Amino acid sequence: MTVSGSNAVSFKGVARHFGTVRAVDNVNLDIAEGEFFAMLGPSGSGKTTCLRLIAGFEQPTAGGISIFGFEAQGVPPYRRSVNTVFQDYALFPHMSVLDNVAYGLMVKGVARNVRYKKANETLNLVALGSYGERKPAQLSGGQRQRVALARALVNEPRVLLLDEPLGALDLKLREQMQVELKTLQRQLGITFVFVTHDQGEALSMADRVAIFNHGQIVQVGTPEEVYNRPRNRFVADFVGSSNVLSPAFCKSLGLQEKWASLRPENMVVTHSTASKPKLQQTIEGQVVSVHYQGAATRLHIVTQRGNTLTAVSSKNVYVAGDVINLSWRDSSLHYLDDAL
Amino acid sequence: MTTTVAATNTDLERGNVGRLSDWLFRNPRYLLVILFIPPVLWLGVIYLGSLLLFLGHAFFSIDEFAGTIIYEPTWSTIVQLFQPANFDIILRTIIMATVVTIASAIIAYPFAYFAARYAKGKWKAVFYLLVMLPLWSSYLVKVYSWKLLLSQEGIIPSVLKYLHLTPLLEAFLQLPVIGGNSLSTSYFGTFIVFVYIWLPYMILPTQAALERVPLNLLEASSDLGAWPGQTFLHVTWPLALPGLIAGSIFTFSLTLGDYIVPQVVGSSTLYIGNAVYLQQGTAGNLPLAAAFTFVPIIIMLIYLSIAKRMGAFNAL
Repeated sequence: MTVSGSNAVSFKGVARHFGTVRAVDNVNLDIAEGEFFAMLGPSGSGKTTCLRLIAGFEQPTAGGISIFGFEAQGVPPYRRSVNTVFQDYALFPHMSVLDNVAYGLMVKGVARNVRYKKANETLNLVALGSYGERKPAQLSGGQRQRVALARALVNEPRVLLLDEPLGALDLKLREQMQVELKTLQRQLGITFVFVTHDQGEALSMADRVAIFNHGQIVQVGTPEEVYNRPRNRFVADFVGSSNVLSPAFCKSLGLQEKWASLRPENMVVTHSTASKPKLQQTIEGQVVSVHYQGAATRLHIVTQRGNTLTAVSSKNVYVAGDVINLSWRDSSLHYLDDAL
Repeated sequence: MTTTVAATNTDLERGNVGRLSDWLFRNPRYLLVILFIPPVLWLGVIYLGSLLLFLGHAFFSIDEFAGTIIYEPTWSTIVQLFQPANFDIILRTIIMATVVTIASAIIAYPFAYFAARYAKGKWKAVFYLLVMLPLWSSYLVKVYSWKLLLSQEGIIPSVLKYLHLTPLLEAFLQLPVIGGNSLSTSYFGTFIVFVYIWLPYMILPTQAALERVPLNLLEASSDLGAWPGQTFLHVTWPLALPGLIAGSIFTFSLTLGDYIVPQVVGSSTLYIGNAVYLQQGTAGNLPLAAAFTFVPIIIMLIYLSIAKRMGAFNAL
């Protein structure tokens, strides 16, 4: 039995293979107690498998997982002090909302009146106090999401696992739930492990983010770290959108001959006829396509050397074919450690 | 306007069939009426009509001497059902149907569970084939085959003899009620054949119901601290119950109405089906046959209302 300090969850060289598919491969990870931790990555990158390994639905092929210092291998899900909010909620269709929430307490043998009292309190916590008598089918997607949350929280888990919990909600509701989840996590002080493929969600909610690709963790850090200092091309491209500049391109600008990332919002776009802004770098290019997005307009630009860059302008004044200048400070450029 | 002209043109270009389908598109209610006439005629008039006409005879009586039906409303035929000889038949049938249903459910559940959870692709096809295969051969052939298996010089007693287990069989046949002269003339024989014949009707709906239980509900239950037994009791069982009830409706009502199996395999006692067959055939007592026919219908109504009260259809 290893005791790993105040880590809520700890992965040591964890692998989970399905036949020849390496869903999770050599993952090392420490999640601190009370942390809001996001696992971010494209679909099939292994983040959900990692969550299922913590929940106990999967057992690692190699390596060790400890939860609050206790080895978790071979421990079935019903003996772990973690609870899960499932992607499609997995509410019991034949039970009322109240019975759904009270389920965890019922199977642990908590007396009827005590468990209903606690279930009602938890339903109040997610603002669904008057919905106890309904069946899950009679609720909207957002309400079901809250019931799933209440059903997990009523057990007072030490770690709450959330598997893309907001994926099925519309944009407005999703933004609202993001705020509510974050508030709830601060209020309860429980460790949240949150799986998502939405980088905006991960950046806005998490204390720390792990970026997954091909079953491995590519980078772990605060949202600011992974956004401003991506380790490699994958992170630069996946977290926010970024212009990844080749070593040759950097060299042609008189910079270090290394891979670098440049955020679209850090570039200034001006018409080639206008005076150039006083920034260290300016190159000329032609607008290929224009994507109006309300607050900003996204421009795809081809430089004279044939590189394609993306820039953002607050003004929607450019049309395809315009010749423009792109300018930026050298300090906005971030060199990548790894080429991949 | 060009669009209007174009729309009118295509409308004119169509033939009568096209115009009819356009008209039905605009008047969907008439389409429903046209679709519903054949089934309503069949179910309502030919099927239900003749059944009701027959059942109505239960409220008439028979002239014992002339053998003709007296068309005067009376309860006397219904009351005859409660005479010991007739009531025995009813009781025997209900008990047999109940035992057959319970046994079918116990045998069917593991089959259905395996097929729903573990059989994939090719193995699922094999499962369906194995379950359905007996349904493709004649019912009579199957019943008589069982007679050959169970009779005194049949295959099962012969195999037991070869294994020197004949005393065991004899001891079993000595048992009161279920025993008899041989397996093929005992209540136990009737029971085995009934279970064999109706089992597919229990397996298929149970399998369909289990298949609809999402795996993540079982994971959620386990995640919330439920032991596998608790998950079965609180999640799997209630969600599979509609399937088992659907299957039991088949096994129960088919046993209630069958009159071939008890004739071929068993202790030559009467069941409701035999009684109806005898009364309306050789005895020519149509009113009593009709009264007997009421029994399974009423039993099924009671059964369904109990099932509903137990919450069997809540998960539908």
